[in-house]
Amino acid sequence: MKSLTTRNTLRVIVLIVVASVVIGPLLASFLGGFKSNAELRTNPLWLPDSWNADRYIEIFLDGDFWRYMGNSFLISSMTVFLTLVVGAAAAYVFSQIRFFGSKMILSYLLLGLMFPFAAAILPLFIKVRDLGLLDTYWAVILPQTAFGLSLAILLFKAFFDQLPRELFEAAYVDGCSYLRFFWSFTLPLSTPILATVGVFVFVQSWNNFLLPLVVLNDRAIYTWPLGMMQFQGEYLTQWNMILAFVTLTITPAVVFFLAAQKYIVAGLTGGSVKG
Amino acid sequence: MNTLTRHVAEKRGLAMRMRKGMVSGKLAAMLLLLPPALILFSLFVILPLADAAYYSVFSWNGYGAPSDFVGTQNYARLLDHSVFHTALWNTAKLILVSLLVQMPLALGLALLVYRKTPTNTLFRLVFFLPYILAEVAAGLIWSFVFDGDYGITAFMFQALGQESVYVLADRQWAFPAIMTVIVWKYFGFHMMIYIAALQSVPKDLIEAAKLEGAKPRQVALFVQIPMIKHAIVVSGFFAIIGSLQIFDIIIPLTNGGPSNTTHTIVTYLYTFGLSRLNIGFGSAAAVVLFILAIGIAFFYQRTTAKGGQA
Repeated sequence: MKSLTTRNTLRVIVLIVVASVVIGPLLASFLGGFKSNAELRTNPLWLPDSWNADRYIEIFLDGDFWRYMGNSFLISSMTVFLTLVVGAAAAYVFSQIRFFGSKMILSYLLLGLMFPFAAAILPLFIKVRDLGLLDTYWAVILPQTAFGLSLAILLFKAFFDQLPRELFEAAYVDGCSYLRFFWSFTLPLSTPILATVGVFVFVQSWNNFLLPLVVLNDRAIYTWPLGMMQFQGEYLTQWNMILAFVTLTITPAVVFFLAAQKYIVAGLTGGSVKG
Repeated sequence: MNTLTRHVAEKRGLAMRMRKGMVSGKLAAMLLLLPPALILFSLFVILPLADAAYYSVFSWNGYGAPSDFVGTQNYARLLDHSVFHTALWNTAKLILVSLLVQMPLALGLALLVYRKTPTNTLFRLVFFLPYILAEVAAGLIWSFVFDGDYGITAFMFQALGQESVYVLADRQWAFPAIMTVIVWKYFGFHMMIYIAALQSVPKDLIEAAKLEGAKPRQVALFVQIPMIKHAIVVSGFFAIIGSLQIFDIIIPLTNGGPSNTTHTIVTYLYTFGLSRLNIGFGSAAAVVLFILAIGIAFFYQRTTAKGGQA
């Protein structure tokens, strides 16, 4: 029988090997942004000869970069806001009000959990175009919200169902309406689930590529994944430039992840498990 | 909108008889809170999916109304197209690699780091990191790794004194490279699902097994893994549904090439449907994707439910 310490050493070695494979490409991108292309050829992995930050600075001072990030931020924030408000409102009705047909309507809204988004992309393009929304923020925000609603409603309803019923009865006796109760009790009491769903929706939207690719053609309104592909198309094999751009664009996500990891992990795994 | 209000109004009669005092508040709440979700969902989820089925029986470039009815011709062309066969087979390969490589890897790592210690937390974060990165960014980073002139694989080939291989331009290696990136990207997600489940396995069960003389491997195999069966079933479901929809990561890596050998169903749909404005043809591919997703989901749920009972 192996001793406890050998077992643990083996365990840590395995973990370090896997961790290096995970981190390696990310680190190589970060370091690659400092290297000249000639240096990249001979030294793709290790520290650069000199820490030349010119490329990072160039991208940083470039208006395009900030516009892409700004567009993405605006679209993601609006998607989160709409999904939370619209999803919570509907879930509140299903949770608090008994009415004929509520189960059927709920099942209808939950159908989205099974549907692959990509299957709808061509008609979505047509619909967005016919509504005159191509090259607007709404072209991305509205379909994203619609596709996020099913999971949001499912999670919100489960949470609202667990709120104490006595609370509503007491409030109602005091003359509080359903709407007021939703706004001043249900929503404030539900911040954990709002945060979880919000984070999930934000990350999905921030990283979304297919929908913006299809409905946005104007560079002025590009989200960052589109901007990044555009940038790559312009610089083709100038890998140091591309790596610097990629590093800068993924930095906010990494920082956000480290800062809010509790919610992110809960939102992305716990949330989906229940779905 | 109109039918909806009428619909709600009908319900009102019933509600009034049941609880007189609260009806007006109830109705106002329902009329205000429910329609936004219903309208958005119908307009941007249900209608487009129905449209896809409709468009798929037309030859249509997306302009004007679809009028050139072709029946099942789009489907026939699709099922005849060798690139579509490749796309289906590639998607199947992604499902297999997710189930047979990624999930066992994730499970093994979860068993190594599920206990709550500071080092474990650190490793967990690192393993989960690729999952939160955008697929496009991950794809670009790995297309550097696999680059035949600059990348890390080129460097390794040179170090071994070998001729460099342009992995992503190589018919034989391009798809295995994509599968590698996909395992790298998603194993952390599955690991997190297992960790959450492993942490809820009662500790005394594990202690009891240890007291009986079970080795750690036996504890894992005969106590922990059976106890988290549900989490494994769920993660398998995500692996399959996720694999069916892989798109973003392919675009920066190979864009479907070399010579259309690395398409998935969705990149196929995009390349042959949308970028060439064959809306009818692309919609047929979308319908196939839809049926596959629903069919597999249904089949998977039935078989795993049966397995659970046995």
